[in-house]
Amino acid sequence: MTTVEITPAVAQDNTNLLRFITCGSVDDGKSTLLGRLLYDAGMLPEDQVAALIRDSRKLHADAPDQLDFSLLTDGLDAERQQGITIDVAYRYFHTQRRSFIVADCPGHEQYTRNMATGASNAELAVVLVDARKGLLAQTRRHTYICALMGIRQVVLAVNKMDLIDYRDDVFAAIANEYRELAAHMGITSVHCLPVVAPSGDNVGQRSTRMPWYRGPCLLELLESADTAATQAVDFRLPVQWVNRPDASFRGYAGTICGGQVAVGSEIVVQPAMQRARIERIVTADGDLAEASAGQAVTLTLDREVDVSRGDVIADATRPAPVADQFAAHLLWMGDEPLLPNRAYWLKIGSRTVNARVTTIKHKVDVNTQAELAARRLDLNEVGYCNIDLDHAIPFETYADNRTLGGFILIDRQTHATVGCGMLAFALRRAANVHWQHTDLNKDVRSASKGQQSRCLWFTGLSGAGKSTVANLVERRLHALGYHTYMLDGDNLRHGLNKDLGFTAEARVENVRRVAEVAHLMVDAGLIVLVCVISPFQSERRFARSLFDGGEFLEVFVDTTLEECERRDPKGLYRKARAGEILNFTGIDSPYEAPEQAELHLRTAGLRPEQLAEQVVEQLLAGLGPHHSG
Amino acid sequence: MSPMSYLDALEAESIHIFRETAAAFERPVMLYSIGKDSSVLLHLLRKAFYPARPPMPLLHVDTTWKFREMIAFRDQVAAAGDVEVLVHINEDGVRQGISPLVHGSAVHTDVMKTVGLKQALDKYRFDAAIGGARRDEEKSRAKERVFSFRNAQHRWDPKSQRPEFWHTYNTQIHKGESVRVFPLSNWTEMDVWHYIRREGIPVVPLYFAKPRPVVERDGALIMVDDDRFTLREGETVAMREVRFRTLGCYPLTGAVASSADTLDKIIDEMATSRSSERQGRVIDHDASASMERKKQEGYF
Repeated sequence: MTTVEITPAVAQDNTNLLRFITCGSVDDGKSTLLGRLLYDAGMLPEDQVAALIRDSRKLHADAPDQLDFSLLTDGLDAERQQGITIDVAYRYFHTQRRSFIVADCPGHEQYTRNMATGASNAELAVVLVDARKGLLAQTRRHTYICALMGIRQVVLAVNKMDLIDYRDDVFAAIANEYRELAAHMGITSVHCLPVVAPSGDNVGQRSTRMPWYRGPCLLELLESADTAATQAVDFRLPVQWVNRPDASFRGYAGTICGGQVAVGSEIVVQPAMQRARIERIVTADGDLAEASAGQAVTLTLDREVDVSRGDVIADATRPAPVADQFAAHLLWMGDEPLLPNRAYWLKIGSRTVNARVTTIKHKVDVNTQAELAARRLDLNEVGYCNIDLDHAIPFETYADNRTLGGFILIDRQTHATVGCGMLAFALRRAANVHWQHTDLNKDVRSASKGQQSRCLWFTGLSGAGKSTVANLVERRLHALGYHTYMLDGDNLRHGLNKDLGFTAEARVENVRRVAEVAHLMVDAGLIVLVCVISPFQSERRFARSLFDGGEFLEVFVDTTLEECERRDPKGLYRKARAGEILNFTGIDSPYEAPEQAELHLRTAGLRPEQLAEQVVEQLLAGLGPHHSG
Repeated sequence: MSPMSYLDALEAESIHIFRETAAAFERPVMLYSIGKDSSVLLHLLRKAFYPARPPMPLLHVDTTWKFREMIAFRDQVAAAGDVEVLVHINEDGVRQGISPLVHGSAVHTDVMKTVGLKQALDKYRFDAAIGGARRDEEKSRAKERVFSFRNAQHRWDPKSQRPEFWHTYNTQIHKGESVRVFPLSNWTEMDVWHYIRREGIPVVPLYFAKPRPVVERDGALIMVDDDRFTLREGETVAMREVRFRTLGCYPLTGAVASSADTLDKIIDEMATSRSSERQGRVIDHDASASMERKKQEGYF
């Protein structure tokens, strides 16, 4: 074999960094390939090599001199036995030319999210196939996830060439088929090479057994891969931290995620679009004249502008677009499905906003890339969705800039990371639908009624007494001269919400509409009484988020399920128990009791009038004196 | 513009993580164990917030069995004055007379280190604790997140870790919960030494070879650092030229025979000899998967 120059492993400070992933299954020889790569790069400590020789002999008595490289990296079986989620494992190695961070990704479909995690920071993927099997559904899936996560360079390693007698025609057929597949998915750079992982042919050294292949070996390919290919062009810095040690210094710290900047450059702070020039680029090692993508710096500006965490400092001549409605690819990672119109937190760069998926346009079969209709996304599913934010944000398409085009979704209740998304483009309607400002506002409207507007949100099981109590409250307020309106969930289902059923998805939309209507009425200056079961905590939280502090009072009408079932005023529990009604709250659909209701009405042993009095008392205590108009 | 050197890239990534922690949490702290990784962390902490002072204190959980040179080094750091150094000792453990020599490494580490750490985190109500763990150290570390969630009991659940994308970290927690943050996740031991050399970062002299009084016990070279160390039958103290690759409690930390007394020699030695870093640590050998278990219980 021709020896390629690989000197053991002293990373030099002038080498640069390549982050890549390996994908393929254990059966394809991925662990062996990776183990061999680390061995050839001289990265294995002596005690590990000794253990490798010992274990290889123990396991393969027939071939005592052959090293089983899969033993080095195969943590996966052990993980499976321990019941631990099969996860991305990171490995590190150096050659004289470059340092590498490898994310070793699990290959099975149920670990799609783990693979996507590894791919999110990678510039290149090594996709492994078995020469005997050629391209499989999993090859398509791995390539699709790579493309989805923005990887544009792939090395296809066709392994086990020894088992097909090193035939170049078989290799060429696989390579051609793969190039077509990759090009179809938008992967611009593909290099195919034949390897035999255990013996290291074309891994760390060029093979003499396949003279028909004249290209570089895997390690050479990794050393020469283009790391600048994924870098964004226009200057962007999301502000992480405002640095203000004393009155004389005010700097904006963050990591540049695109382009470069120099002292004197004209910038714009987004989304407010204030202009300024860069005064200094501060680092602990001294000021810089210019800085570029990847550097963590602190900028000072030549004039006072209002900048806070989450803002983006951008090139003034080429600012980032700003929008609040997007089309995006979404990979769902939550145990609970994604439901349209449920509110989540969206974090992008250093900014966190409220977001809802308004439409799932289609979901994508990760194995075939077929587009399928969907009303929800389950764990590991990919969908193409419309997303609506409560604030306009500066952004880039994911293809242009991963930091300002990639976001995570966080469940507002469990705080779990439930989704990751890649922005495709801003929806034009965001630009066209402007908020019309009006001269009169809520304060003026409520003052003219001599009151402060409020939303009383009654939640509880069907038959708990929500409407009965609310009705008494409204009568009492009316008698006192207040302007009120009662929004009853059942009544709304005859009109505004008559297109909605009772599935979890429909309940979320039902509550969203009721909350929006209540919000309009509060804006009109009214005291609104809302009676809806609203069984999910996250929807009630969404409703609360629409209102100003102190404006929203959650009233938990707490009647036991047994008591509601005993009352059964509309005969619904009987039907639900008989299976005639599906998704009935308390029977086959959950009710999540409020944890922080402003008022907790324990109904047992109390008359509706007594309960109503509690509500009125609490409300009036917060309203202050009434000025009748 | 030429691509950044890989040490610059690692440094920038770590600074980003420090800033994100300071911005997103109410009461962050940096755990300071006095070792080389802590020295690098402290250097990065100062860089991340320059010209301001570091916006978080350091916390050292003192097991009372650290090398004397470590404590002297820590006190020098505190004397620099730009950053507050909090020291916590599990006084219950001291009253019980917990000692690694009597109770063994498992009990000592649990009481003085793991329980001590939890006491300190609760006492100061820290909601984010930055540590120097690296993924290359050990198998279960390789799976750990950069922002690693802990429940109100400080427990780590490896089965329900939050997936991490790009450098967009989920920093949301409920009251009482916390995260452990690892800015050096992607550094290797070699990177740490290269960076220490490049930046001229001071480290505890124990990392450099020098004749020291050692005893051979259970296959490890243990330095006799004070008179609490009692010799077993047949053991003798000998002066040998040794150094330490990691630092912890002196009776639990094995030295390696070495003549590497400069940074250049340490780096050369690592490039040629190449045995695993944590080999000298008694704690990791207790039982298989012992690190994973300790971490679940709240060990760093």
